Amino acid sequence: MVIDSQKMQALARRMAGAEIRGRSPWADARRRFLRNRAAMTGLAILVGVTAFALAGGAFAQWSHDELDFGVMGQVATLGQPSIANGHYFGTDDLGRDLYARTVQGTQVSLMVGVVGAAIAVLVGTLYGATAGYVGGRTDQIMMRAVDILMSIPYMFVLILLLVMFGRSMSMLFLGIGLISWLDMSRIVRGQTLSLKNREFIEAARAIGVPAWRIVLRHIVPNLLGVVAVYATLLVPLMILTESFISFLGLGVQEPLTSWGALISEGAGTMNYGTLWQLAFPLFFFCITLFGFFFVGDGLRDALDPKDR
Amino acid sequence: MARPLLDVRDLRVSFAIRPDGALPWVAPRRLQAVGGVDFSLAPGETLGIVGESGCGKSTLARALVGLVPATGRAEWIDGRDLIGLGPRQMMRYRREIQMVFQDPLASLNPRMTVGRIIAEPLRTHRPDLPAAEIRARVGAMMEKVGLLPNQINRYPHEFSGGQCQRIGIARALIVEPRLIICDEPVSALDVSIQAQVINLLIGLQRELGLSLVFIAHDLSVVRHVSDRVMVLYLGKVMEIAPAADLYAAPRHPYTQALLSAVPVPDPGHDAAAGMVPLAGDLPSPMAPPSGCVFRTRCPRAEARCAEAVPVPSPAAADHRAACHFPGPLSAAEIARARAAEAR
Ligand SMILES: Nc1ncnc2c1ncn2[C@@H]1O[C@H](COP(=O)(O)OP(=O)(O)O)[C@@H](O)[C@H]1O
Ligand SMILES: [Mg+2]
Repeated sequence: MVIDSQKMQALARRMAGAEIRGRSPWADARRRFLRNRAAMTGLAILVGVTAFALAGGAFAQWSHDELDFGVMGQVATLGQPSIANGHYFGTDDLGRDLYARTVQGTQVSLMVGVVGAAIAVLVGTLYGATAGYVGGRTDQIMMRAVDILMSIPYMFVLILLLVMFGRSMSMLFLGIGLISWLDMSRIVRGQTLSLKNREFIEAARAIGVPAWRIVLRHIVPNLLGVVAVYATLLVPLMILTESFISFLGLGVQEPLTSWGALISEGAGTMNYGTLWQLAFPLFFFCITLFGFFFVGDGLRDALDPKDR
Repeated sequence: MARPLLDVRDLRVSFAIRPDGALPWVAPRRLQAVGGVDFSLAPGETLGIVGESGCGKSTLARALVGLVPATGRAEWIDGRDLIGLGPRQMMRYRREIQMVFQDPLASLNPRMTVGRIIAEPLRTHRPDLPAAEIRARVGAMMEKVGLLPNQINRYPHEFSGGQCQRIGIARALIVEPRLIICDEPVSALDVSIQAQVINLLIGLQRELGLSLVFIAHDLSVVRHVSDRVMVLYLGKVMEIAPAADLYAAPRHPYTQALLSAVPVPDPGHDAAAGMVPLAGDLPSPMAPPSGCVFRTRCPRAEARCAEAVPVPSPAAADHRAACHFPGPLSAAEIARARAAEAR
């Protein structure tokens, strides 16, 4: 498909001489986004945090599960952040390198956020668009199912799942994936209902375009703005959820860690004068949330110029 | 007479209206948007449909292309009744009947390039065509409707209203239909551009031998396009006649009122003298007047009009007016209409 259209475009360009490239609504939105200072700052932060998660491990002097016997027992005095002994962020209570552990926690937390949001985008968009477009009884049944799932106190279920089936990454993803798409499907359905009566959808129906193609080619592309905005706001929500579960001690399992787990440990040892154990993970956690919120706001402004 | 391309008998469309906050078991009220329309359309002919806004023109058009469920008959030239056809069987006829919409920009998907928009009917009905062939046909069609083929990769918002309507026309024509239904195709355009688009439609119709259903809300636009004109009021046919007859000798009071509002380009003509104003508003289609639906605004209304629904009386074989007392309005009736308006 991609190759085909590229070939065709090249061919057509040779035939018709100067073919004018259209200014797509996406390109307009991109320009508006690039001009938005706050959004670009947010994006820079996110790029920085992602780079830290991906490449930060290369600079670590210690691995994340290695105990530094030199500082063990005297963490408050010897385990402070220092360049000299290679613990840039200090060590945790057991003498493990906090820098390596923060890199690792960042990886896990970002992954949880992105996977949760990705599931929400995929499942929620298709589910909501289908329910909204088909309408009638199908819509009723599909949306009542969402209502029922939403009325279950998910945190309780998630904790129960983690306790019953043991704590594991896949369990965590499963649990978060199960709940994340519900809101998205509602938002998408609402948007679909208003799109459905637009004339270009009527035009497609009059032409005879099959329903699935109307959903995929006409409805979904016109929803993507809303979906993109909501997805960027969903990522921090997923991260918060995971952090909360980890804070309760039910999240990812040692030696893996996440921001929530690190913050929980740091908060537990605050009284012993080892504030850096709380400060470093908290710092990354906070700037990432800010980054996502700024980007989400910027996307909304860029994609929906009428609202400004 | 040759077989008509489309023969519509007693076409009715009604919507179920559920007031906000109504309980689910309360029966919804019916809104009769189209209440029994009859007409036929010969191959190559243009039928103009005129009526005030809200009188069911768009609903009639949408029923003909199967966008809203309808009852009655709409017989295609091959003898098939299009009303109530399943989506599978309707596919064949969707290719024959295309529609041009009122709002040119809103009827084009903002996220698709013009090329893809125009190609969509081809992709749907001729999935066997190779991509290069589709592209060639789209280019040729763009040229035909007066667009530059090198703008194929542009997006709808980069075009003016008139150009958007040309795109809509290209999309309708690309599958070589036999009937195009134009729902107020120029109402949203500037007057100077209206003429261009109408001339384009007329030219294409002659060239391709199309039948056209041309909907408008005033008689002046329809005049140049139509072979015959049908006047609708509250979902019912008031008068249907060959265009020349209808403009020269309208028989229904409603038609006369509409015609009196059409500007006449004759400088000696005193427009105000013949003006027949329409008093009051369009009645609600939820509660249409009994008998003749026009009687509440008619200067000639009598007791009988409230009792019996007028049957279209043929003055000539092809000139029908649904009125108990058809004929030109007298000076006294015009004066009565003015008095009602002034009140
Ligand atoms: N989908 C619908 N649901 C309910 N009522 C409708 C719907 N579409 C049109 N109507 C009603 O039907 C009547 C005719 O509308 P329409 O056909 O759009 O008129 P026109 O095109 O002549 O202006 C109006 O009273 C309108 O409110
Ligand atoms: Mg209309």
